[in-house]
Amino acid sequence: MNPTDIQNPEYFHKVVDCQYACPAHTPVPEYIRLIAAERYSEAYMINWESNVFPGVLGRTCDRPCEPACRRGRVEEQPVAICRLKRVAADYKGDVQTMMPQGPFKPNGKKVALIGGGPASLTVARDLAPLGYEIHLFDEQPAGGGMMRSQIPSFRLPESVLDEEVGYVLNLGIHTQFNKYVSSLREVLGMGYDAIFVGTGAPRGRDLNDLPGRQEAGANVQIGIEFLANVAFSHLDKIGRKVLVLGGGNTAMDCCRTARRLGGTDVKVVVRSPKSEMKASPWEIEDALHEDIPIYENHVPKAFVTENGKLVAMTFEKVKAVYGEDGKRSLVPTGEPEVRFECDDVLIAVGQENAFPWIERDLGLEFDRWELPRLNKDTLQSTLPHVFFGGDAALGPKNVITAVAQGHTAAVSIDLFLEGKDVENERPSPMTNLIHQKMGIHEWMYDSTVANDKRFKVPHADKSQALNDRLLEVELGFDPATAYKEAERCLNCDVQTVFTTSRCIECDACVDICPTACITFTENGEEDDLRTRLSAPASVLSQDLYVSTDLPTKRVMIKDENVCLHCGLCAERCPTSAWDMQKYLYNTAKAGNMQYTR
Amino acid sequence: MTFVRPAFRHPDAPVNRLGYTRKFYEGALSTLCAGCGHDSVSGAIIQSCFEMAVEPHKVAKLSGIGCSSKTPTYFLANSHGFNSVHGRMPSVATGAYMANRDLMYIGVSGDGDSASIGMGQFVHAIRRNLNITYIIMNNGCYGLTKGQDSATADFGSVNKSGSANMFHAIDMCGLALELGATFVARSFSGDKQQLIPLIKAAMSHPGFALIDVVSPCVTFNNNPGSTKSYDYTREHIEATGAVDFVPFMNEITTEYAEGDTVEVALHDGSTIHLNKLSPDFDPCDRHSAVSRLYRAKAEGDILTGLIYIDTESKDLHYLLNTADQPLNQLGKDKLCPGSSALDKINAGLR
Repeated sequence: MNPTDIQNPEYFHKVVDCQYACPAHTPVPEYIRLIAAERYSEAYMINWESNVFPGVLGRTCDRPCEPACRRGRVEEQPVAICRLKRVAADYKGDVQTMMPQGPFKPNGKKVALIGGGPASLTVARDLAPLGYEIHLFDEQPAGGGMMRSQIPSFRLPESVLDEEVGYVLNLGIHTQFNKYVSSLREVLGMGYDAIFVGTGAPRGRDLNDLPGRQEAGANVQIGIEFLANVAFSHLDKIGRKVLVLGGGNTAMDCCRTARRLGGTDVKVVVRSPKSEMKASPWEIEDALHEDIPIYENHVPKAFVTENGKLVAMTFEKVKAVYGEDGKRSLVPTGEPEVRFECDDVLIAVGQENAFPWIERDLGLEFDRWELPRLNKDTLQSTLPHVFFGGDAALGPKNVITAVAQGHTAAVSIDLFLEGKDVENERPSPMTNLIHQKMGIHEWMYDSTVANDKRFKVPHADKSQALNDRLLEVELGFDPATAYKEAERCLNCDVQTVFTTSRCIECDACVDICPTACITFTENGEEDDLRTRLSAPASVLSQDLYVSTDLPTKRVMIKDENVCLHCGLCAERCPTSAWDMQKYLYNTAKAGNMQYTR
Repeated sequence: MTFVRPAFRHPDAPVNRLGYTRKFYEGALSTLCAGCGHDSVSGAIIQSCFEMAVEPHKVAKLSGIGCSSKTPTYFLANSHGFNSVHGRMPSVATGAYMANRDLMYIGVSGDGDSASIGMGQFVHAIRRNLNITYIIMNNGCYGLTKGQDSATADFGSVNKSGSANMFHAIDMCGLALELGATFVARSFSGDKQQLIPLIKAAMSHPGFALIDVVSPCVTFNNNPGSTKSYDYTREHIEATGAVDFVPFMNEITTEYAEGDTVEVALHDGSTIHLNKLSPDFDPCDRHSAVSRLYRAKAEGDILTGLIYIDTESKDLHYLLNTADQPLNQLGKDKLCPGSSALDKINAGLR
């Protein structure tokens, strides 16, 4: 194998599994260390720079970082990264003063944002400090988009959302709420230098083909519309018996909301096996905890009405069969139809993009799935000054992806309006590798590996929570528990940096490494090398760190997979050939703006 | 600060025949200097015991005083241990071995502990052919007292303060051969590929098995001019051959080239494969071993590998014709059979 090029910013970035997995690449270990040091405001600001909504995401994020967490590869549970983020938000001081302070010197350029969700707000946050005049349009009475309309208050209190949306709008954003944009042509004619579309995926799928759907009428609701109606207080009750169709997070929010509006017998019915449900495991767990059973392998067949009123639904039982190509098909088991009595049905079987307000003769092309044709790296449409982001861009994902796309689009818009090449002149990430040694056994980070198992977040009393849809269920960690949970972080951003010329091949690092990551052996091809290491190196997605040739013609090979970043190799190294160096990686923001010092 | 080794190990760490991972054979975190060769030797002992699926409670590890003699704390935490007086480990080992022949004995000593203060003990342990694996962690200096030349420091070797040694070294392997040792080997802490099979073979050998391990002192004797530094040892190392040890329980899976391989069968059915590098060398012949050792010395080489093995070795319990059952397990009635038994013996002498 060729020696590893640690100058490539992506090499060590990949070692920080959580940050690498995060669409916005938030420097997770960096803020977790600040939480452990009770420096909550600074921890919050690191998040704010990267993901704009730490308080929201600390409660509602899909947490792609947690399955990636290295801790999950050496013991059962990853670090509770998401809930630590919330700790930073819960205990921070006055962060407003740490944010860019307007008014900003205008640069004379105007940008319109259509939609007021996470993607648009991110663009606003990134561009406003650079002097852009930002105009935001949204049909809702307040900003936040789906964070406001689709995430129930018992998961995300309105005050948290208002605060974080406020931080962005306070940067001098011109807002036009309660304003539904019905024509892009109209906006194009308003003289904006660039337009950003962040209108989300507003259309919930219906089951129009099912018999009885029309007769059932108003007792069948689309999940996201139901959630929005509840959020904006247009709706405050539901029938006693409620069926929720679908296995995603929207379904989980629907069933739990129904429980709070008077539903005493709420069932979730899923077509697929439970194991393939799209909802996050913790959301499923919370639904089960609220006495909501989940029926798997039930395909809806019909709505049953009596005297024009919905009384039940029928389902066909199926089982999942996997073809040779791994493709799943749901095959009827032949068992008798299942009938569930119900007063109301909520359909949460997916949502899709819809752009009825974009005229198709503007030069803005759509593909055959009716999604705008975009450059995926720049999010620029075929109309050069129109950019997309969030669910509106590449289909429905989640808040953190929308934020990441907001950053990308903001960089593109800035480059475009600076007259630069949007694709080829994008700024590089900011990276920094800092020596951590203070003494023989002393490092600038807490290198001791804590043995604690993951701590549980306390919940509000169930009966109280079910009686009040505004009462937040999760209570968050207290500072003492947050400290202990933060100590579980392995500090994967503190890198083991190897300097071949210093190594005397004494084997001290090999002998001390708790997880047998290090091997000195003859070089070879990767497949062959992976069989010759001190411990099995079967996780191919994790890189091997290969040194240049040592005096004995061998090379040092380190399997990054289960390195605990404990620093023992560097402590036991007599010549400092191993060194622990903290790697900070920040994705570039528009205008190379630095939000934290 | 890291004074504690993390509890986590590799999730797919292999297990041995007893179902233990290597972790079960580890000891406390070493307090020796970073990069000390002794830690590598400890690592090799851990790996050997893990691979041999030794039951830790059937091992006694004994040592004297010195950096080397601290190491038993750093391996086999689940075994019996005795840290004795300086240079007196062989006496303690003899006593323990006489009392309980069922344990496996690992003696760890240094060049000061064995070649100076404990020389008198060392030579008699060899003569008596105790069944012990005797490892000398040999760094040519007194590391614990700031690096004075030891009795194994080579003539002319320059120590850290810059003065060359004016005395000739005691060659522990040569001495052991002279005294009739039944297993003599030398190795290097930086060469586990060689050291591990040697330790495994020594543990299987019924009798005194000496492994003299060049184990550099990074703090006081790893300077240019030292003949026991990592660099010097690597440059001057010459092996008697590539060693492989095949325990009795295992099938032989490695292919050995014909002609230059010697197979040495041990009494317990294990085999040592020595892929010889010089054709005129026979590890079962003491004369050959002595002359090979002298030749290497004359050429300025450090001869490593298996130097001599006596496959007919008879240990002390055999020579003394003691009971098969360990003495510490015999009851008082057996150990002190009373005056009638004495009378019988006396009658036999009349």
